[in-house]
Amino acid sequence: MIEREVTIRNRTGLHTRPAASIVKLAAKFRSDFFIEKDGFQINGKSIIGVMTLAAEQGSKLLIRFNGPDEEEAYHAMIKLFDSGFGEPI
Amino acid sequence: MSKTAKQELKLKGIPASPGIAIGPVYLFRKHEPTIQTRTIDISEVEKEINRLKNALARSKKELIKVLDFAEQKLGVNQSKIFEAQLLLLEDMVLFEVIYKRLREERKNAEFFIQDEMEKYHRLMMASNDQYTRERADDLLDVENRILRNLEEQKLVSKIEGSHIIVTHNLAAADALIFSRNEVMAYVTEIGGSTSHMALLARALKIPAIVGVHQVSLLAHTDDPIIVDGYDGTIVIHPSPEILKRYEKKRKQYHAFEETLAPLRELPAETLDGHCIKLAANVELEEELEFIKLQGADGIGLYRTESLLLGEEVFPTEEEQYGVYHRIAESVYPKDAIIRTFDIGGDKFMAQTVKEHNPFLGWRGVRVMLDKPQIFLDQLRAILRASSRKNIAILLPMVTNLKEVQLTKQLIAQAKDDLRARKIAFDERIKLGVMVEVPAAAITADHLGREVDFLSIGTNDLIQYLLAVDRGNDIVSELFQEFHPAVIRFLRRIIERGKQKRTWVGMCGQMAGDPLATILLVGLGLDEFSVVPNAVPEIKKIIRSIHYTEAIHVAERVLMMQSEDEIRTYLKNLMKRKFPDIPIE
Repeated sequence: MIEREVTIRNRTGLHTRPAASIVKLAAKFRSDFFIEKDGFQINGKSIIGVMTLAAEQGSKLLIRFNGPDEEEAYHAMIKLFDSGFGEPI
Repeated sequence: MSKTAKQELKLKGIPASPGIAIGPVYLFRKHEPTIQTRTIDISEVEKEINRLKNALARSKKELIKVLDFAEQKLGVNQSKIFEAQLLLLEDMVLFEVIYKRLREERKNAEFFIQDEMEKYHRLMMASNDQYTRERADDLLDVENRILRNLEEQKLVSKIEGSHIIVTHNLAAADALIFSRNEVMAYVTEIGGSTSHMALLARALKIPAIVGVHQVSLLAHTDDPIIVDGYDGTIVIHPSPEILKRYEKKRKQYHAFEETLAPLRELPAETLDGHCIKLAANVELEEELEFIKLQGADGIGLYRTESLLLGEEVFPTEEEQYGVYHRIAESVYPKDAIIRTFDIGGDKFMAQTVKEHNPFLGWRGVRVMLDKPQIFLDQLRAILRASSRKNIAILLPMVTNLKEVQLTKQLIAQAKDDLRARKIAFDERIKLGVMVEVPAAAITADHLGREVDFLSIGTNDLIQYLLAVDRGNDIVSELFQEFHPAVIRFLRRIIERGKQKRTWVGMCGQMAGDPLATILLVGLGLDEFSVVPNAVPEIKKIIRSIHYTEAIHVAERVLMMQSEDEIRTYLKNLMKRKFPDIPIE
């Protein structure tokens, strides 16, 4: 299992488009993927869950991978978060 | 009660798209499912799961259709909410829980769809974040779509024959889907005259009235109804006399509109040779062809806020450039004035900060100057579209000279960036400011010396000058275009604002009001920018008067002491000179 804290960097936070990007990326890997915010955990492969997080710019999230390709999945996801989902920061 | 003729009922709303329609009502109600919970036998479980899967497949098919049609009519960017709705239908975490519970608890599919989706809906509604709360509506929409398909109810979008759609609220997408039928008019209980649905109705040339209180309870399908999109009146079960009057009015309008067609290619010039620039206000790319048909002299106001509609992030320089470039090409060799994002107040992109008084808060150029990176993106995009020298920049909500000077510095910086990137632009691009705050009006001479043109925004100017919120029903009567203070103010702005090379125009609602045209010409206004629909009518008035006569009218009006007096005078004048122009 790998986990790390990440920060939401893009200006408008975790809204529909970033949520869709996360879910689509997570779907490419076999590992389980969870996101935790303020002690509330959701399945990162579910758009409805990610949308419910309401993570604004600056929010800190804990992302967690568990499975055969967790290493790979983790790096890909960190890259996506660090890029601010390709949106204005 | 005996079955005599139904009672005539007259209601008022906000006119959103002009035209008169007379026909039967089609009462549109969004499907609101009533859920009954029932237990199912173990032998029926797989059948129930299949029923749900079929409903999901049908929902998906519908959404793909909506998405396609929206992309055609609204463009890819504004259609993204439907894409998210599609992803929701494919959420395996959500549906695996539902399938699992269905197998274990053995209840009907409707129960679990509602129970599970409402959980998320409640969570989203509890959020402090406005975007998240708005997304909750998307969730509800998807839920209703699935529930309707479980009941095997068809999506109502096909109507037999011509009808007037009456409904509580009409989403732009619904208006779009309905427009494939023979829709004569739209009437809704909520929505504003600048809502996306209203713009769409205007672009499609379908009369529309919004904000008609309780109309969906008062009107029934197939009730005869009159919709007057010019003044916002609707009449349900009209008496024969009223019907006759409106049929006559409709004919008059048609006849009058026909006399306008030959004016298309002619300039807005008075009988004694005084030329006025008559341009159009544009919000959507879809309107570009229409303004040419209407014979507008370019675009006097392009509202870039439409690029933000339904978006969560500001469009990139590249995305904006694409739109501005298409506008520049479409109007060439005529000009287009592009207004930078006018956000805040009541418009779009609600900020995370809650303001007690947003109209006196963080809006217009104030927001942009606080967000220089976003502002620079937009300025670069506008500059890049200006290479054929037919683009100008307009700043909203300016209250002091410093804001203009700071913007000029940013424009210089944007130009440097483009030079470094070796991209062509108009070195001498024109800059103008909106005069919509009393402070700007009073210092119009200072501003006029600093920029190339001033454009008066009457809606906000009147609201700030008369201390009347135009959206507040209790005082909206006090929002008076023809208040003597407004007329004096306009006189002052035009006189002081005009400088050697600076012209003064108007892009507010008043510019498109035929009752005001002669007066405004007489006050010395150089440019009118009006809703596309009003162009031919205003042109006809300008082409039928003498400038000297208009000056005389303005001088008389300036001496009057009440809005009533001014209105009566102008109405009589119009009735005498233009008996065929309908004035309310």
